[in-house]
Amino acid sequence: MTSYCSLIYLLIFLPAVILIYSVAGKKFRPYVLLAAGAYFFWNFSGKLLVYLAISILLMHHYGLWISLIRGDCSEQVSKAEKSDRKAIKARYKQKEKRLTTAAVLLHLGILVLLKYSDFIGLNINRIFYHCGSDMRVTLPGFVMPLGISFYTMQALSYIFDVYRGTLRPDRNLGRLALYMSFFPQLMEGPISRYSETAEKLWSGESVTYKNLTYGMQRIAYGMMKKIVVADRLNVMVGHLFNHYQIYSGGYSALAAICYTIQLYMEFSGTMDIVIGSGEIFGVKLPENFRQPFASRTISEFWTRWHITLGAWFRDYVFYPVSMSAPMKKLTVKGRKKLGNHFGPLLSGSAALFLVWLFNGLWHGAAWHYIFFGLYHFAFILTGNIIEPYVLGGCAKLKINRNSLPYRGMQIVRTVIIVIIGELFFRADGLKNGIAMFRRMVTDFSFDFIKTGGMYTVGMEKHDYLIIAVTVMIVALIGLLHERGVKIRDFAAKRNIVIRWALYLGLIMYTVIFGAYGLGYIPVDPIYAQF
Amino acid sequence: MEKLIEILEDIQPGIDYENDTDLIDSHKLDSLSIISLVAELEDEFDVTIPTVEIIPANFNSAKGIWSMIQRLQEEE
Repeated sequence: MTSYCSLIYLLIFLPAVILIYSVAGKKFRPYVLLAAGAYFFWNFSGKLLVYLAISILLMHHYGLWISLIRGDCSEQVSKAEKSDRKAIKARYKQKEKRLTTAAVLLHLGILVLLKYSDFIGLNINRIFYHCGSDMRVTLPGFVMPLGISFYTMQALSYIFDVYRGTLRPDRNLGRLALYMSFFPQLMEGPISRYSETAEKLWSGESVTYKNLTYGMQRIAYGMMKKIVVADRLNVMVGHLFNHYQIYSGGYSALAAICYTIQLYMEFSGTMDIVIGSGEIFGVKLPENFRQPFASRTISEFWTRWHITLGAWFRDYVFYPVSMSAPMKKLTVKGRKKLGNHFGPLLSGSAALFLVWLFNGLWHGAAWHYIFFGLYHFAFILTGNIIEPYVLGGCAKLKINRNSLPYRGMQIVRTVIIVIIGELFFRADGLKNGIAMFRRMVTDFSFDFIKTGGMYTVGMEKHDYLIIAVTVMIVALIGLLHERGVKIRDFAAKRNIVIRWALYLGLIMYTVIFGAYGLGYIPVDPIYAQF
Repeated sequence: MEKLIEILEDIQPGIDYENDTDLIDSHKLDSLSIISLVAELEDEFDVTIPTVEIIPANFNSAKGIWSMIQRLQEEE
């Protein structure tokens, strides 16, 4: 089993889990999912499963400890005089804070150790080198367990929610473990919250005909995106990014466009398979994509692309930082001196900077990921700063900001910014990213269309045609979603002939136009590397 | 409530705060407005608004904001 798109997952593992889950009694079903999650994790990371177990045990222990502190606090408060109660509560709140800090630091410590220690060591060695010192730090070269960046975020959200009091600590270790190890989510998310999935997963719902068919349809749609488009683009994208030096800037642009399409089809396709797998077991996993290429601004783009990651940073970094006591003071003072728009911009921008720094770092331990994060920060910040001037300008020039041409212009601009960002994201290091971007600016031409050069870099005419048609199908489905049409509900209401013609058509399309066999290399799960 | 409407109009004028019920869902109040609003509300009504309260249900209408303030005042 190499990914959710592998035949072993789709034809053996998933059906086997569904079968065992269905025959098992309601009580035992959560344990079937737990065992499946443990096996899935073991299949990819072997003994590193211990890290996931440590994380689960830490969360569980944290919850129990917090309950003890709170119970103790209530008892003390009930016994105390009214005048002393506030001080007692504050003392216990401090205890909770210390415990929460320890739990968060332990989780982050493991993540930083496994994911970032080589990066930190490498940069320390660079500093030594530039200072003329012979000293060098040995790089530990830790191997990361599967999906550590995803499950750590889930664990932290549980800890924060328990601390904030929006979630009751769970005493059931099994339920916590299943929340953390539901096998469809292990590799690439989505990052769910405890309140979204834990109860449902533990309830052991029966596999119904509707859930099974809806889940399978979603999986088939995801397979189409992955096999027909993402895999077909793989050889060409790899070739152009690895050998950009021998090509003109036009090819760099082609590489960036094709990589953006590939990344979207791979990640959103995998999410379709993941969410479809969850649906079969009656679990509604949170959506990670909502037609991102219909966004009018970069800010909006990030509320439609990798939604669960953006929401995590919003809830646990942006608002806590911008609403912290010093930032609130800064906002009130800023408003008095700088007015409504620029007043809150200072505290908002500081929080935004941290969000994007962490977002970049979350994607990987390398400078080009940090650049990727700050690149988006720069555009969102600029958008925030110039917003009143844009509004004023449009009003003066009598431009309707909701008119189709204006909206179209905004969408095209956003897509271009995203594509350039993805170029830096995919490039092999920041240096290569800058070099490719420079070529795009200084040596740009569409000669590869005239000369036919675009058909010599790993894709032929028919490949482009198949990709164009499939992208149009996905865009059309996206447009219908955007207009609130529920396609699967629509299909389910048709008669059996039309319905099955649609389902089989989708499968046949993937089988006929899928990129597999000689000459094709399936793309590895891109987000699993993070 | 009057004071609240006054603060809202100061932060983001041109919205019918008496009747609007989708201030967050329709992006009439963006994150920067929320930052300003929370800081001003805390100052004016002497309450602490924790980040867990920053949810659309609390900020979609002036009524929602007002009941959140009253609840927080009672809790304190």
